[in-house]
Amino acid sequence: MGKLSDRVATILLWFIGLSILAILFWFLYRILSQGLPHLAPRFVFGMPEEILPGGGVGPQLFNSFYILLLSLAISIPLGIGAGVWLAEYAKKHWFTDLIRLSTEMLASVPSIVFGLFGMLVFVTVLGLGFSIIGGALTLSLLNLPILVRVTEETLRGLPGSYREASAALGATKWQTIKSVLLPTSLLGLITGITLVAGRALGESAILIFTAGVSVSRFAPDFNVFASGETLSVHLWYVLSEGLVPDAREIAEGSAALLVLVILIINLCLALPFRYWYRRSSGR
Amino acid sequence: MTSEKIRVQDLNLYYGDNQALHDIQLSVKKGSITAFIGPSGCGKSTLLRTLNRMNDLIDNVRITGKVYVDEQNIYDNQVDVVQLRKHVGMVFQRPNPFPMSIYDNIAYGPRIHGIKKKRDLDEIVERSLQQAALWNEVKDRLKKSALGLSGGQQQRLCIARMLAVDPDVLLMDEPTSALDPISTLKVEELTQTLKSRYTIIIVTHNMQQAARISDYTVFFLNGHLVEASETNAIFTNPKDKRTEDYITGRFG
Repeated sequence: MGKLSDRVATILLWFIGLSILAILFWFLYRILSQGLPHLAPRFVFGMPEEILPGGGVGPQLFNSFYILLLSLAISIPLGIGAGVWLAEYAKKHWFTDLIRLSTEMLASVPSIVFGLFGMLVFVTVLGLGFSIIGGALTLSLLNLPILVRVTEETLRGLPGSYREASAALGATKWQTIKSVLLPTSLLGLITGITLVAGRALGESAILIFTAGVSVSRFAPDFNVFASGETLSVHLWYVLSEGLVPDAREIAEGSAALLVLVILIINLCLALPFRYWYRRSSGR
Repeated sequence: MTSEKIRVQDLNLYYGDNQALHDIQLSVKKGSITAFIGPSGCGKSTLLRTLNRMNDLIDNVRITGKVYVDEQNIYDNQVDVVQLRKHVGMVFQRPNPFPMSIYDNIAYGPRIHGIKKKRDLDEIVERSLQQAALWNEVKDRLKKSALGLSGGQQQRLCIARMLAVDPDVLLMDEPTSALDPISTLKVEELTQTLKSRYTIIIVTHNMQQAARISDYTVFFLNGHLVEASETNAIFTNPKDKRTEDYITGRFG
């Protein structure tokens, strides 16, 4: 009986694992086979069109990265800082429990609500308009709870013996955090950052309301107050509101480009980093 | 050799409402090895950890009484804990190297205390590893991760790491309890070569070990210091009945 159920479980789990892989590959195949043929340089780097066919997504591609980098620049220091504080400094207390609960609630807020909030606060009240900075700030709110969570969990996962060993050598708390705990948890932090970056690259609801659906007349435009439609937003825009006759091709191309970008980030940055890190720390 | 390095006076320690140490009085001589023995939970490790204020890291610990290291009460308000721990080093029950290279593990202490020059660090790393009798085994792999070493090598690495900040008191909390007999022997030999320069206090649950390596032995039971004497005397002629029962294996 035990042997049989073990067999069944083994087969079932293998099946589940393989079907996840199959779904992923099927998805990649559909997206890429439809989109890749459109990815001529003129499309990837060209300017968009409003009425005529043959528009590109150059500015959108640039804006995607620009907004991503800005939002990471805002949310990484805050998120890691808060995570370190929660894990290493905050005493167990109703107030810190409240902060932890708030972060968790923030993490489950639907992104469109963040979008609305961003539009009300950054776009309207602060008068930033539909802008790259407005989008980046709102996107940071989406990233923040995850970064806080990942940082706290990673630090809590480290053995207490590191803290003891470091303290016994006369290190201050901050020296221990800076020289032992953070470097040791780099892998977890990078995983969290990759996760957040992928989500941010694909985010549309927030950015429709805060960064807008139009782009500068020239690219790349580093002005953070310019409106900055991103690739995902463009994908939504051409399909739902666009007037161009080749909206479908543009959407397929944008989708493939997005997937490629995320794949490239993962394959060229996250994986080699992980490999290098494992080797250098010997784990 | 008769001068006093550490004096513990009327020391009481509480974890919350639970008293773990009762009125401890103890004097430790410079340049000697003192062993703390006693059954699990008798307070020997707790007392050891009061000597470099490691208990500060734990919430809910309250301490009364005084601990003098070199005539200075380390529980005085103006005492700098960082300086104290620089002078009073500690090795733990389980080897706990950082997940860094062997070199960086040893250089960690000197670096946080402000030594930056590579030449100075190189010299400290080599000297400390030599002192811990590990240099020959690792000199060709200093840049490799310390986690790749065997348990015994890791523990000697931790000893070297402690020596690198140039302490004069070494606290060892059951340093061989996680090691195999050969590694244990190496660590024990090490304590003998180190004792000329350092004052060593070692917690052990292994009475043979206490008898082999220490000059003085202190026996604890239920948070009380029962007997402290020269090792020879305590093992051949214990004054207290409880000490005798313990070392003859009647409980523990």
